[in-house]
Amino acid sequence: MNAMAVSPELPPALVTRDLAVGYRSRRERRAVLERVNVSVAHGELVCLLGPNGIGKSTLMRTLGRMQVPLWGSVQLGGRAIESLSASELAQRLGVVLTERVAVESLRVRQVVALGRYPHSGWFGGLSERDHEVVSWALDAVGAMHLADRDFGRISDGERQRVMVARALAQEPVLLMLDEPTAFLDVPSRVELMGLLRRLTRESTLAVVLSTHDLELALRTADVIWLLLPGGDVVTGAPEDVMISGAISIAFEGRQIRFHPEERSFRWLTGERGSARISGGGLRGEMVRAVLEREGYACVADGRPPRVSVQIDDAKWTVSADGTCATGDTFRALAAHVRSIPVQKEEETES
Amino acid sequence: MRTDVASMHALVSAPVAQTVCSHARREAAVLAGLCVALSAAFVLSLVLGSTHVPIASVIDVLLRSSTVDESSALVIESIRLPRALTAVLAGAALGIAGLQMQTLFRNPLADPFALGISSGASLGVAIVVLGSGMSVATVFGASTGLAGDALLIAAAITGALAVLAVVLAVSARVANPATVLILGLMFGYTASAIVTVLVGISSPERLMELARWGFGSFSGVTWQRLSLFAPVTFVGLGLAAVMTKQLNALLLGENYARSMGVAVRRARVLTMLGASMLGAVVTAFCGPIAFLGIAVPHLCRGLLGTSNHRVLVPAVVLLGGVVALIAQIVSLVPGNAGVLPLNAVTSIIGAPVVVAILLRTRRGAFAA
Repeated sequence: MNAMAVSPELPPALVTRDLAVGYRSRRERRAVLERVNVSVAHGELVCLLGPNGIGKSTLMRTLGRMQVPLWGSVQLGGRAIESLSASELAQRLGVVLTERVAVESLRVRQVVALGRYPHSGWFGGLSERDHEVVSWALDAVGAMHLADRDFGRISDGERQRVMVARALAQEPVLLMLDEPTAFLDVPSRVELMGLLRRLTRESTLAVVLSTHDLELALRTADVIWLLLPGGDVVTGAPEDVMISGAISIAFEGRQIRFHPEERSFRWLTGERGSARISGGGLRGEMVRAVLEREGYACVADGRPPRVSVQIDDAKWTVSADGTCATGDTFRALAAHVRSIPVQKEEETES
Repeated sequence: MRTDVASMHALVSAPVAQTVCSHARREAAVLAGLCVALSAAFVLSLVLGSTHVPIASVIDVLLRSSTVDESSALVIESIRLPRALTAVLAGAALGIAGLQMQTLFRNPLADPFALGISSGASLGVAIVVLGSGMSVATVFGASTGLAGDALLIAAAITGALAVLAVVLAVSARVANPATVLILGLMFGYTASAIVTVLVGISSPERLMELARWGFGSFSGVTWQRLSLFAPVTFVGLGLAAVMTKQLNALLLGENYARSMGVAVRRARVLTMLGASMLGAVVTAFCGPIAFLGIAVPHLCRGLLGTSNHRVLVPAVVLLGGVVALIAQIVSLVPGNAGVLPLNAVTSIIGAPVVVAILLRTRRGAFAA
């Protein structure tokens, strides 16, 4: 029932061997990613990260047999993926796609029951056990109260949970989700990720999802697959990947830098010189955010820079070039900092 | 996972069972009501006509009682009964073809007409009729023998499939369903235009005859033709009946359907084949009958409150029959002065339905 109970000889949920994904035309094969060797254990939550256009969707589509690999192999629960029949595949792999589903006049329970497709007979009649699995799936995603609602009239977040329940009703070994949080607001995103995490903890289900939500992925996943420009795949626990510096390589542009301790990006700053903040706490952090946004690098100690900000209670005081200004809102602070004339560091040094 | 399922089931089954029952009850009630309506409309269409036959005699004829006078029996047996049966079959066929197209293209306005199937079938018919030198009257009026009828059906289906194949080939490159629909309409117009050209270069009386065929009618189908029309229709309807599972999965779109184990390409080809067969056979024998195909599935969804094909397919068959019979009965209104063109009647029923659909279509619903 849980990850601990998995017998060691059970094959992993997913293994790839020297997989190359990409597109083939009549004349040539154009690989987007090559030599991909990854595996997913039962009860593991994997997040696939990488900048746009690097091949996340192509990889997901290939793993889900929606696209043929250029070379190499994919094994799902110990079987080569191309050897599975359509319904054998659907019994092992549940998929949630990015596309919005527009269906009217179909109740949530019926949508979830469609997930029994690979298990039911010719006419799709459902057995007692099929109904039980549908109820279980609805309950597992916390959507039992929606069961009799019209699928076309529930919120985006609820709809995505129902699509997960539908995939669970297939009783898959592996659940694959392509940017499942794309249309969702922040609480729904966190909720959905929490749900997927709980599913991997409570059963042997393995989950692979692609996402742009870096911070949430780094906080939630067991394993990160990070696609780098050039076609390399870095895998490991979120912490392994962060400390390796690979995230900076994958995402960094000229204006942002990844800060592992915060699991997020910050503006690359300092084009207007440096500033020192004295007085800490939450307000200190806010002042720092304002200064970075305005182009100052914040330094803690060392040579006193041209601009320094003092925080007392709810007031800030900026000293720059011998002038002083004070105020209480961050907006006023930003406006004031912006009004300080730009001066090259070299000039002040000389 | 199984122990989980069992314990969950114990917790949740009671309240769920209740609501499932109430939905099932509504569906059963609607289907029963449609059966009653179909029987009533069927008998009514036998009673009404240019010569008056009392309802008691109609029932006697149906029960093969010998007490009815011969002329009434003849009117009912050789004219009204095949006409009524044709109406039921044609209504069911067009409704099912419309339902299949709407689900496949995930577009509420899809029907055999919109995708050019009917126009393609008309083209096939026109080519056979005008090319073979048969007059339309001999094809659509008097009996021409089974071989001629079979040729006609084959031509209609070939024409329908030809247009559909082009639409399909283009739709493989164009992802947007709305574009596909517009393409279908364009090919339909082209096919209709070719029919017009073909008719234009033939004699004026043929023009009249083809125009009359274009009005649509259930009256031209004799018992002999029914022996061909009925089996082809049953095959098409049967195909829809055995594919309800696939059609339901396709409600979520082709990608999701594939991920749940549907052989999408096969399902798509079979559905299109079935729909064009149904659309074509009706067009061949009754003329291009408008609007039934688009309106009936929507009326059924409204009545049943569901898109589930397991209930929709039987409901569409029944309601399609009812609506076709009503249209046929209404077309008799002028009395001895003749009949209204069937297409005028179906369009008068159908157009308000389409308007209502457009006004009702909410955010996200069938977003095209």
